[in-house]
Amino acid sequence: MDKNRTKLYTGGFVLLLLLAIILFVFNLSFGSSSLDASDVIAVLFGKSGDISAKRIIFDIRLPRTLAALLLGGALACAGFLLQSFFRNPIAGPFVLGISSGAKLTVALAMILSMQFEILLGSAALVSAAFIGALAAMGLILLISGQVKNMSQLIITGVMIGYICSAVTELAVNFADDSNIVNLHNWSMGSFSGIKANDIKIIAIIVIIGVSGAFLLSKPIGAYQLGEAYAENMGVNIRVFRVMLILLSSFLSACVTAFAGPVSFVGVAVPHLMRSLFNTSKPIILIPASFLGGSCFCMGCDLIARLMFAPRELNVSTVTAFFGAPIVIWILLKREKRANNE
Amino acid sequence: MSEQKLLYTKSLCAGYGKKIVVNELSFELKQGQILTLIGPNGAGKSTVLKTITGQLSAISGNISLCGKSIDSLSEKDISKQLSILLTDKISTERMTCGDIVSTGRYPYTGRFGILDENDKKIVKDAMAMTDISELYDRDFSRISDGQRQCVMLARAIAQEPSVLLLDEPTSFLDIGRKLQILTVIRKLAAERGIAVIQSLHELDLAQKFSDTLICIKDKRADRIGPPEEIFKSDYISELYDIKDGSYNALYGTAEPAAAKGDIKTFVIGGSGKGIPVYRRLQKQGIPFAAGILHENDVEYPAAKALSALVVTEKAFEPISAENIDRAKQVIKKCNTVICCLDAFGTMNKGNKALLSFAEEENTDISYQIPPNIL
Repeated sequence: MDKNRTKLYTGGFVLLLLLAIILFVFNLSFGSSSLDASDVIAVLFGKSGDISAKRIIFDIRLPRTLAALLLGGALACAGFLLQSFFRNPIAGPFVLGISSGAKLTVALAMILSMQFEILLGSAALVSAAFIGALAAMGLILLISGQVKNMSQLIITGVMIGYICSAVTELAVNFADDSNIVNLHNWSMGSFSGIKANDIKIIAIIVIIGVSGAFLLSKPIGAYQLGEAYAENMGVNIRVFRVMLILLSSFLSACVTAFAGPVSFVGVAVPHLMRSLFNTSKPIILIPASFLGGSCFCMGCDLIARLMFAPRELNVSTVTAFFGAPIVIWILLKREKRANNE
Repeated sequence: MSEQKLLYTKSLCAGYGKKIVVNELSFELKQGQILTLIGPNGAGKSTVLKTITGQLSAISGNISLCGKSIDSLSEKDISKQLSILLTDKISTERMTCGDIVSTGRYPYTGRFGILDENDKKIVKDAMAMTDISELYDRDFSRISDGQRQCVMLARAIAQEPSVLLLDEPTSFLDIGRKLQILTVIRKLAAERGIAVIQSLHELDLAQKFSDTLICIKDKRADRIGPPEEIFKSDYISELYDIKDGSYNALYGTAEPAAAKGDIKTFVIGGSGKGIPVYRRLQKQGIPFAAGILHENDVEYPAAKALSALVVTEKAFEPISAENIDRAKQVIKKCNTVICCLDAFGTMNKGNKALLSFAEEENTDISYQIPPNIL
C-alpha cells in the first residue's frame, strides 16, 4: 500500500517535470518568429552563434518564461498556504482579494513615483505590494472571525478584490496619459514587462518563500486536523499562523508586483495536484503545486501569446478561462459530498 | 512508580475569559487510573478538559502534568505526555485513516514528519488495538462515525501519551462501539499504565468503566469519589435535577415518572412478569397500584418508579397478614385487577389470597401472562 503511493508520487513528479521542460522549450521557441526546439537548446547551451535568435531568447522570451515559471509556482504555493490556513479549498490570493490589495498599493506607488519622477526599484515595488497584500489579508482575517461559512468568506474576498480594483482604476484615471498604457497592461495581469534583471530578484523571493512553505509542511499537515489537535501535537499555533499569513502574502505580493493580478492559479492548481497525487500531504503538495503552477502559467502564457497573434491576451484572461471552471467543479463536488453525508 | 501522580490540579478555576464556569477544582490522577467527569449539560465538563489541553487558559490555580507545572512545559513536551480525543468533527480531504493515525507520531518525527519503521509499527499496533487495521488505506471522510472515533482513538494511542484525555468519546455511537471504545481505554490503563481523564454522558458506562468520578454541578466539583459512593441513593437524580422520572443507580436505568391520580387499577405482579403491564399503563397515563412485591423482587425497582403505590413485603419473608390487608384496602377502591402471575410459590401465598379476595369483591379481573418475560 505504501509502495503504490511511492509509485504514484514518483510518477506524478516525473510527469510534471517533463511537462514543465516541454512547456519551457515551447515558450522559448514559439512566437512572432518561430525557432526550432533544437535551435533553442543550442542557444541555451551557448552552442549557437545566431545573434537574432540569441536576442529573442535571452532578452524577451527567457525572462518572460522564467517569470511564468517562478511566479506561477509561487502563486500556486500561496494558494495552497491560504487553503491550509482557512481550511477552505477555494481560498487563493486572487479570490480572497489579496492580489488586488497588492495591485492597489503597487499602482499607487507607481503613480506617485511618476508624479515625482522617481524611478522605483523592484524592491520598492515588492514592498508596496507586500503592504497591500497584508492589508487585504488583515481585512479578510477580521471578517473571517465573523463568518463561519466557507462561501461567505470567498464572497467577502471577491468583494474586497472589487473594491481594490475600483480604487486602482480611479487612481489610474488620474495618472498621466502617457504612462497609463504600461500601467493598464500590468494591472490586467501579464508576464510581458518583466526584465532579465527582475528575474534575479523574483528568483530569490520565490525560492525563499517556497522553501519556507516547504519547511512548514509538517505543521501544515497537523493543522489539517484542526487547531486543537495541532496544538496537542506540539504546534505553536500562534507562531504558525503568523508564518502562514506572512509567507502567503509575501508570495502573492511578489507575483502582483511583477505580473499584476493573475487569477485562479492559486485555487485551481493545488486542487488539480490533490487529485493527481490523491493526497493532502503538504510535503507532496507544496512541491507539486509549485511545479503545477509553473506548468499552468507557462501553458497559459503560451496561449495568451499565440492564440490571436500578433495580438496578445492578458494572461489572467487565459488562467481564468481554465481556472474558474475548476472552482465551480470544487464547489459542486463539495455540495455533493455535503448532501451525501 | 505505580503511585505516581501523572496529572493533578490544585484550586483550578476554568472558564471563558473572566467568566468562571468551574471553580476551585482539585483532583489527582494516578498511573493506570480512569477518572470520569459527569454532570448535566453545560455544567462545564468540556471547559475543564479544554483548560487542561490548553485550548482555554486557566483563570487561576495550577495544573501539573507528570510532576511539572503545565505552564513550564513547551508544546512539544506536552505533546509527548498528553494526547487528546475531542468531540470536534474533523473534515478531511484525501486523507486515509493511516494518514490520520500517523499524525499521532508528530511529536517524535523529524523536521519533515517522515515516519521510520518504528513509527510505522506503532501506528499499525494502535490501529490493531482499536480493531481498524483494515481501514488503513480507506479515506477518512468515507467511513462511519463509529469507525472514525476508533481512528481518532488509535491516533491518540499512537502518540504514546502518559495521560489520555477524552471528551465524550462514546457520544453518538452505537452500544457495541461504546463498549468497544471503553474496553480499549480500560485496557490502555491496565496494560500500559496510561492515566485517563474523560467526560461521559452515559452514566451506566461511567459507573462501570471508571475508578473515580467527578460530579460537576453548580460551578464546582459537587462530589469526587469512586462509583460505588457516587451511585448511591438518590444522588444522581439530585445531580441531574431529574424531575420527569427517576434514575435507578443500582441498575443504571432511567424510568419515566409514574402517572398520578385516583388509583382504579391494581396489578399483582412478580418475577418481572408485571413489568410490561406497568409500562403499558404508564404510557397510557393510567395511575395504578402494584403489589404485593418482595423488596428483592427483580421488578421492584420498575414498580416503584412507574406505579403510584407499591405494597411491599420484606425480602425473603412470607407475605404477612398486615400487608395482605393493606393491599385489600387498595383493591376495594379499584375496579380493575390485573394478575400477571400463573403460579404462586410458598413465599407468595399472600398474592393468591389477594386474587381470591378480588374475585369475591367482583372486581373486573384480567389475566396477563405475557410469554417469555425475562
